[in-house]
Amino acid sequence: MNKLIAKNINVWYGDNHALKDVSMVIEPNQVTSLIGPSGCGKSTFLRLFNRMNDYIDNFKLGGEILINDQNIYDPSVNTEELRKKVGMVFQKPNPFPSSIYENVAFGLRIQGMKKKSQIDEIVESSLRKAVLWDEVKDSLKKSAYSLSGGQQQRLCIARTLAVEPEIILMDEPASALDPISTSKLENLITELKKNYTIVIVTHNMQQAGRVSDMTAFFFMGSLIEYDTTRTMFLKPQHLQTQNYITGRFG
Amino acid sequence: MPKPKEKLIVSALALSGWLTIFTTVGILFILIFESSQFFREVGIWEFLTGTQWTPLFSKKEYGILPLLTATLLTSVIALLVALPIGLSIAIYLNEYANRKFRRAIKPMLEVLASVPTVVYGFFALTIITPFLQSFIPGLSGFNSISPGIVMGIMIIPMISSLSEDALFAVPKSLRDASYGMGATRFQTVFRVLIPSASSGIIVSVILAISRAIGETMIVAIAAGQQPRFTLNPMVPVETITTYIVQVSLGDVPRDSMEYRSIFAAGIVLFIITFVMNNVSLWLKRRYHRQYE
Repeated sequence: MNKLIAKNINVWYGDNHALKDVSMVIEPNQVTSLIGPSGCGKSTFLRLFNRMNDYIDNFKLGGEILINDQNIYDPSVNTEELRKKVGMVFQKPNPFPSSIYENVAFGLRIQGMKKKSQIDEIVESSLRKAVLWDEVKDSLKKSAYSLSGGQQQRLCIARTLAVEPEIILMDEPASALDPISTSKLENLITELKKNYTIVIVTHNMQQAGRVSDMTAFFFMGSLIEYDTTRTMFLKPQHLQTQNYITGRFG
Repeated sequence: MPKPKEKLIVSALALSGWLTIFTTVGILFILIFESSQFFREVGIWEFLTGTQWTPLFSKKEYGILPLLTATLLTSVIALLVALPIGLSIAIYLNEYANRKFRRAIKPMLEVLASVPTVVYGFFALTIITPFLQSFIPGLSGFNSISPGIVMGIMIIPMISSLSEDALFAVPKSLRDASYGMGATRFQTVFRVLIPSASSGIIVSVILAISRAIGETMIVAIAAGQQPRFTLNPMVPVETITTYIVQVSLGDVPRDSMEYRSIFAAGIVLFIITFVMNNVSLWLKRRYHRQYE
């Protein structure tokens, strides 16, 4: 299976050295949390895996990101193909201003899929996987904006699942949600890891503790500590990690 | 208690506000008054469905359709020119151009909007028409295609700048979502940005058509003054605005039917542009709410 490997990663935004010599191996079919205070580089690190930083001015990268032993920053790599394999769920739910159905079908349509029965089928299965089907099956033609925030976020997950990615990146996916929606989302994440590799950035320590198998702690652009979530929470090696996790700063 | 000087200023400001309202109401009142005189003698149905417009001839017919079709014909030609070009400019500036190019091109576009329309009119008559005649045999010296094209050029900046604002207002999160799904730049533009900005783009189109419909000088100079019920862009026609100019410049006596007919034509023009501007306002309000 596809490991994600970061080798000696350095990132600069102009003069700002945002990530400093980060190396990390992310295991398949697990949930890996990236934690750390704001500005520590965890979101930047997450966005390296689907090259979403490419659009930022003055972005400069050193090192390699390997997925399936392929350096995804190699000039021969097709970014669009990569992003179909590495899906992303964003901090704020960002459905398109179209129907629920069309949101999920988006990825299929841009790949040129035309057959309605096939699209119908994938839309349904994706909504089921995102545990949203029962709530929306009678209103597929309604605007995605008619859904609640939590439903919108699950819709965005369904949209990502429709193109059958192998890896799903989540950038603080629950930060705009209420507690009930959050717990639904967390259950979904646990469910999804059977079939997908999930990397999640979170500010919420309890959430990292609940959903993830592995946890990485970033501080000021460096990877301070990376271990099983259990070890990270019970006996971290570094004082900084311990202080952050127990809420003494950050 | 406010000082007397301040009171004076406030009343002056209020007065200038009221002045615009009085003017509008006054214009509307005269339009309605004069045209109601007109409609006492000409039936509304006859006016709206008649295909002959000959108020200045001895045998007088008052069918507005020839003027209306000419107005719509020139405006539609203008839109066919302005929409693809204006929208392409908006897309290019918003999605592809770098900041330097953007800063250089935007003021140049504004120049297009500030050319006096009489200059555009002569440009149509003396340059575009002869140019078109060089490869369209049988194109009349006055026609609707040439002023249509030139009006199109004139309204490009309206479409491009309003559409660009609408595209710019599409939240970055939607771009992220599209790129994150593996969409190309082109797919993102056509499947996400344009649909998301569609109400704003429609607003720009409506305002631009409304501008083209009310445009006077270009069509008066280059489209001719022959009321003709046709959709053929090659022959001389007369738009509503041209007719009003033609009659206003001549010496028709007040209280004659010729004189009143320009108010009837004017009220048609007013209603069309009034409705269009209000539809666009309504749409604009709607799209401002869309992302909230």
